[in-house]
Amino acid sequence: MAPRVSIQTGDFDLSVEVAALRAGDAGVGAVAAFVGTVRDRNDGQGVSAMELEHYPGMTERAIEAMIDTAQVRFDIRAVRVIHRVGRLQPQDQIVMVAVTSAHRGAAFQACEFLMDYLKTQAPFWKKESTPEGAHWVDARSADDEALRRWGVDSANAAP
Amino acid sequence: MKVDVRYFASIREALGPREAVDLPEGATLGALRDLLIARSPAHAAALARGRALRCALDQTVADESAVIGAGAEVAFFPPVTGG
Repeated sequence: MAPRVSIQTGDFDLSVEVAALRAGDAGVGAVAAFVGTVRDRNDGQGVSAMELEHYPGMTERAIEAMIDTAQVRFDIRAVRVIHRVGRLQPQDQIVMVAVTSAHRGAAFQACEFLMDYLKTQAPFWKKESTPEGAHWVDARSADDEALRRWGVDSANAAP
Repeated sequence: MKVDVRYFASIREALGPREAVDLPEGATLGALRDLLIARSPAHAAALARGRALRCALDQTVADESAVIGAGAEVAFFPPVTGG
């Protein structure tokens, strides 16, 4: 069986991943997938490249636990999460979350829930290269707000 | 007891990726942070109270009251920014 979580430097192909996720499961009636990509601007500054760091081991454990939570909370069938690390350029893909379910509602919801969780609870850090130099990206309280909508307490961006 | 301390992102840039620390039995994450702050001016700046800092004990996010066991892996890092 394919792993549920991959942390990798290389790119990924959404259609290959979705095909693998629903292969052999005739109970699937819906697939929802989200792909995050690198923007060329952030907070009004140009971004020429980005370096993504993570905590090997803890990252995989944290995301596995999020998927377990989503499996309990939503009526879904299979989940695949891929997150890239290392050096990335604008327009590169960073992250993918794909979910299968019998009906669309659960797949849409679980996909968004997992992204909201991942943004605030998985140990990744972004460093952006800009014309003014490289800097670590600040956490956003709006991301905590997004997770709280699901009834999950989150204070990642708190001082 | 020996504890493996790991740093990530801006904390890693300031202090390096990891160091070994000798701790008394029953020490908490908060006590470890205090001990590290006393190690050098670089530690004091990177781990200063009032600075947004998260800690993990054996690869699970924990608060400073958590008691560290022998052979534990502890990590300090800034708020996360993935996705």
